[in-house]
Amino acid sequence: MNRINKKLQEDKKLLSIYFTAGYPDLSDTVGIIESLEKNGVDMIEIGLPFSDPLADGPTIQASSTQALKNGMTTEVLFDQLKDIRKTVSIPLIIMGYFNPMLQYGVEAFCKKCAEVGIDGLIIPDLPVDVYNDHYKSIFETHGIINVFLITPQTSEERIRFIDSISKGFIYMVSSASVTGSSSGFGDVQTNYFKRIHQMELNNPQIIGFGISDHKTFSQATQYAKGAIIGSAFVKHLKLEGKTKIEYFVNSLLQP
Amino acid sequence: MTYNINNKGYYGEFGGAYIPEMLYPNVEELRQNYLKVMAEPEFQEEFHALLKDYVGRPSPLYFAKRLSAKYNTKIYLKREDLNHTGAHKINNTIGQILMAKRLGKNRIIAETGAGQHGVATATVCALMGLECIVYMGEIDIARQAPNVARMKMLGATVVPALSGSRTLKDATNEAIRDWINNPVDTHYIIGSVVGPHPYPDMVARFQAIVSQEIQWQLQEKEGTSKPDYVVACVGGGSNAAGAFYHFLEDTEVKLVAVEAAGKGVHSGESAATSILGKEGIIHGSKTLLMQTPDGQITEPYSISAGLDYPGVGPMHAHLYKSGRAEFVAITDDDAMTAGLELCKMEGIIPAIESSHALAIFEHKKFKPDDIVVVSLSGRGDKDLETYIDHFGL
Ligand SMILES: Cc1ncc(COP(=O)(O)O)c(C=O)c1O
Repeated sequence: MNRINKKLQEDKKLLSIYFTAGYPDLSDTVGIIESLEKNGVDMIEIGLPFSDPLADGPTIQASSTQALKNGMTTEVLFDQLKDIRKTVSIPLIIMGYFNPMLQYGVEAFCKKCAEVGIDGLIIPDLPVDVYNDHYKSIFETHGIINVFLITPQTSEERIRFIDSISKGFIYMVSSASVTGSSSGFGDVQTNYFKRIHQMELNNPQIIGFGISDHKTFSQATQYAKGAIIGSAFVKHLKLEGKTKIEYFVNSLLQP
Repeated sequence: MTYNINNKGYYGEFGGAYIPEMLYPNVEELRQNYLKVMAEPEFQEEFHALLKDYVGRPSPLYFAKRLSAKYNTKIYLKREDLNHTGAHKINNTIGQILMAKRLGKNRIIAETGAGQHGVATATVCALMGLECIVYMGEIDIARQAPNVARMKMLGATVVPALSGSRTLKDATNEAIRDWINNPVDTHYIIGSVVGPHPYPDMVARFQAIVSQEIQWQLQEKEGTSKPDYVVACVGGGSNAAGAFYHFLEDTEVKLVAVEAAGKGVHSGESAATSILGKEGIIHGSKTLLMQTPDGQITEPYSISAGLDYPGVGPMHAHLYKSGRAEFVAITDDDAMTAGLELCKMEGIIPAIESSHALAIFEHKKFKPDDIVVVSLSGRGDKDLETYIDHFGL
C-alpha cells in the first residue's frame, strides 16, 4: 500500500509541511526532511522550484528564486533524494509546476519518483481533465498518487468528479488566494470547511493555504483529516535557517 | 487541416488551459459565455459602434507608393497606428470591456510590458467607469515612463511587479495571482493571444476586424480581396492574429510572422521564440516558449518592449509547426533602420514593434505584382527616445 494511504488510516490529525527543495542552501533538502520527520511531522511536500510559480505568494516565490539560483534542478533533486528511504519513512510528495515535469518527461519523472520513494505529486497547473485523459495511466503504472486541489469556488459537481478520480486525499485550498496569506479563518472559511465535511467524500481532505500557527491548524483539522503548512515554514527557514525546526513544529501542535 | 482553434480549445497540439484549480471557475465562466455573448446582435452593435466612433475604424489601408517603388512590389500598410491610443491593442480592450460588463464584473486587471496594452485597458475602463489595476514590471515602469503617466491620468492604478525578472512575464504572473485572489468580481483583460483557452481565441476574434477590413479595402483598391502576403510582427501575436485571421484557411495568401532577433538569434539576447523555443507551458497555455533544458522560463531580449516575451500564442506555435506561416527573425538594428526608412520615405513614424515587420523588405524578395500587406501595428511616439538614442539624432 502507498505510504500516503497508510498514513491516512492512522487515527490522528495529520500535520503536513511544505518547503522548497534547495532552500535556504542547495544541500539542505535531505536534512530538512529528516528533521521534520524526527519532530513528528506526518507528511512532507517537497517543492520543486519553478521560475514562474503562478499559485504562490511572495514567500514561496522568493524561496523558489533562491533555490534556482542555488542550482536546484529536477536532476539535482532526484540525486539528493536517492537514499532518502534509508532514513525517512513518512510519505513524501513532490509539489511542483507542470512545465519542468513536461521537459523531464512525465513518464520518466513518475518512474524516477517511484525509484527514490516519492509517493505522490501535487501539480497545481495540471488540470484534472488533462490528467485524466493523458497521464492517469502513467501515474498508476508507477504507483504515484496525484493529489488534486479544490477551492471555495469549486462546484459540488466538480468536487464529486475530483473525488471520483482521487486515490489519496483531496487538497482543500482554504480560501480564494495564492499561498502565504494569513489573515486567519473567519466564518466564510469555517462554513466552507463544514460544507465539504458534510459531503462525506470518499477521500479524506487536507486543508492548505493560510495555515500558519496552532490556532489555524486546529480550526482546519476540526473539519479535515489534516493541514498543510507552507509559507509559514518557509518564512521560518528564511529567518532561522535549519535550526529550531523542533521549536517550529511544536508551536503548531501545542497551544 | 484547420489552422484555427478546435472545439477543445487547441490549435493543433497547442493551447488548452493549464491553470491552477483556483482559476478554474473564472476561466470556465468565460469559456462558457464568450461565444454566446459575442454572437448577440446588441454586443456586435455596441462593439462596432465603439470601433467606429471611438477608435476611429476602419483604419486606412494605405498604398505606400515610394516604399513600393524602392522594393519593386506593391506594399500596403494597414494603419493600426491611427487608432485611438496608437496601436491595435484597443480593438481587444474594447471587446473585452464589453464582455466584462456582460459578465457583471466591476474590477478590471491587466498586465503590460511597453505600456500600450495598459494604456488601452485604462482607456476603456475610463470609458466605462470601471476600476482598473495594471501590473507592470518594475524595470518596464522605469523605461516606459510616458505610458505610466498616461495610465495614471486615465485613472488606473499601476502596480509594480517585483518578482522574477520584473518585466512582462512577471507582470502577467502578478495579474494571474490577482485574479486568483479576486475570483468573483474581477475580469482579467489579457493583452495578446496568449493565456489559457478561451483567451487566445477571444482576443483573435476581437482583432479579426483587421483582416476583415483588409479584405474589402483591398477589393476596392485592387479588385481582389486576397493579398499575396500578409506580414506582421509577433510578440504574443495579437496584431498578427488579427491580420491573418480571415486568411488562415486560404493557403494562397502567404503569411509571414516576424519575430524579434534582438542582438542576433544566437547571441543569447533574443526573443525569436519559434527558433529558440521548445514546447511547454507558459501562462496557462501549451505553446512554444524559451526555457532552460530544466523547464525554467528564460528572459528574452528585444529593443522593442512589445516583442520582449518568452512565448508566442498557441495559434502561432501551430502556424509555425504546420508550416502555414513563414517565421522570420529581424535584429534590433535592421528593425530600427526599417523604422527610420518609413519616416523618411512615407512620413510615418512606426512603433519599433511594427518596424520589425517593415524590415521584411530588406530580408525577403517579392515579385513586382505581389500585393504585400504589412500590419503597421502601432505608432512610434512611445519610442522616440529609443530611436533618438539609437541613431544619435
Ligand atoms: C505597436 C505594437 N505592436 C505589436 C505589439 C506586440 O504584441 P502582439 O504580438 O500581441 O501584437 C505590441 C505590444 O505591446 C505593440 O504595442
